[in-house]
Amino acid sequence: MTETVVSSATREVVIGFDRPFVIIGERINPTGRKKLAAEMAAGDFSTVARDAIAQVEAGAHMLDVNAGIPLADEPAILAKTVELVQSLVDVPLSIDSSIVAALEAGLQVYKGKALVNSVTGEEERLEAVLPLVKKYGAAVIAISNDETGISEDPDVRFAVAKKIVERAEDHGIPRCDVIVDPLVMPIGAMGQAGRAAFRLIRRLREELKVNTTCGASNISFGLPNRHGLNAHFLSMAIACGMTSAIMNPLHQEEMTAVLAADVLMGQDPNCLTWLNRFREPAAQGEAGGARGERERRRRRG
Amino acid sequence: MSQQGEELDLRELDDEELVKQIQDDLYDGLKDEVEEGVRILLERGWQPYRVLTEALVEGMRIVGVDFRDGILFVPEVLLAANAMKGGMAILRPLLAETGAPPIGKMVIGTVKGDIHDIGKNLVAMMMEGAGFEVIDLGINCDVDKFLAALEQHRPQILGMSALLTTTMPYMKVVIDTLVERGIRDDYIVLVGGAPLNEAFAEAIGADAYCRDAAVAVETAKALMAKRHNRLAAGA
Repeated sequence: MTETVVSSATREVVIGFDRPFVIIGERINPTGRKKLAAEMAAGDFSTVARDAIAQVEAGAHMLDVNAGIPLADEPAILAKTVELVQSLVDVPLSIDSSIVAALEAGLQVYKGKALVNSVTGEEERLEAVLPLVKKYGAAVIAISNDETGISEDPDVRFAVAKKIVERAEDHGIPRCDVIVDPLVMPIGAMGQAGRAAFRLIRRLREELKVNTTCGASNISFGLPNRHGLNAHFLSMAIACGMTSAIMNPLHQEEMTAVLAADVLMGQDPNCLTWLNRFREPAAQGEAGGARGERERRRRRG
Repeated sequence: MSQQGEELDLRELDDEELVKQIQDDLYDGLKDEVEEGVRILLERGWQPYRVLTEALVEGMRIVGVDFRDGILFVPEVLLAANAMKGGMAILRPLLAETGAPPIGKMVIGTVKGDIHDIGKNLVAMMMEGAGFEVIDLGINCDVDKFLAALEQHRPQILGMSALLTTTMPYMKVVIDTLVERGIRDDYIVLVGGAPLNEAFAEAIGADAYCRDAAVAVETAKALMAKRHNRLAAGA
């Protein structure tokens, strides 16, 4: 059974088979958020702070942190963002950049065992990112494309993922610390994108025995009612064995899908998480049902 | 909705109605019907260029507007573009024969180090829909590939796409090379991709940043008109 353990200074999170699904909050990312990009570039981290707290309150188990702003000093801004977010919330972080120097800057200031987002199957990336992951004892997200592009064939993507996992092992990074992103493509442009993702997720779990993650919202690019489609994609992917996703925990539909999938996959013992989230609040004046005002006794252990 | 409509004999329509019907069929992504409509107009003695502009390009303009306004979505635009392609395949050889003025030519590619191409493909298809001839260089294009294509195809427009913060600076490498060779102003340079913005486009010396495929077509048309006027004034 594969388990990827990541941590902050004070909290550990386990991504794994037969574990509740891990939600990695995606909001701290200036791509496509003009105002946030301008703020971060100017050293104003107030929106970052608000986003960090709101996502954790909404149920994120980890946060992704990205500072990809055109023409800005990405390594410095990413390091600052990591420090700030770690001072505000205690969930582990995924340090997200396509610039190797920015990944290193983030890792340098990070407290705990980080998740590095990401390495691809491109030769240059492999040899730049994997030594960093090893040096800082981090885990890493592996994106299943290489120099030749993103194959539409899930079996080719599986082969790329396999290559990355094996190369990581060459660098002394255990397989359990590589989380593969099967690359979810827009179903509006590629009709088989859903089936390809499901097939790949299943193979990655059963044959390569690695954890998986994805940016789920890609699936609905260019379509209306994106939340509805994202939500159903997530629950279907979880049924195929996906173990985490980078997503927006403030979106109700997607969160409901993940919590429901945990219940249905037997990862929410006694449905307690579901109950606590969705129990109808007692009507005013009834003081919390027949038990009256008595406080519920804290469960031991 | 066409799928609920009665069988329609395109030949019974007069020219004006037929053109409207071709536009509707384009909108609905009905390739066979669009092809038939194009053939009928040609049989009736229409010039290929007139069929192109009045039926197909105008039809795709409507598709572009509704895509921009969130009424049509990506799969529908792809179907419409595919229907347009069917019509174009009939017209292209005839257009070449008659020496009709091309609306414009574009060389497009995803820059070196980057393998993302869905957005770029959408732009290419929408540009073709607008009547441009598009030479798609694919993914991972280096300077030499862009230069060779510019020289070979002599387009008015160069389009570059990048989806990564690591690969988007390569757009500047290409533009700088054009400047060095003294051919930068021979082309309208359009750039696009999720991590870009207007400020970046300006900083690297592109003519415009295009947020999506619909904007790319509008921008290309506007800049082509401007360039045409400038050339006319200079002549």
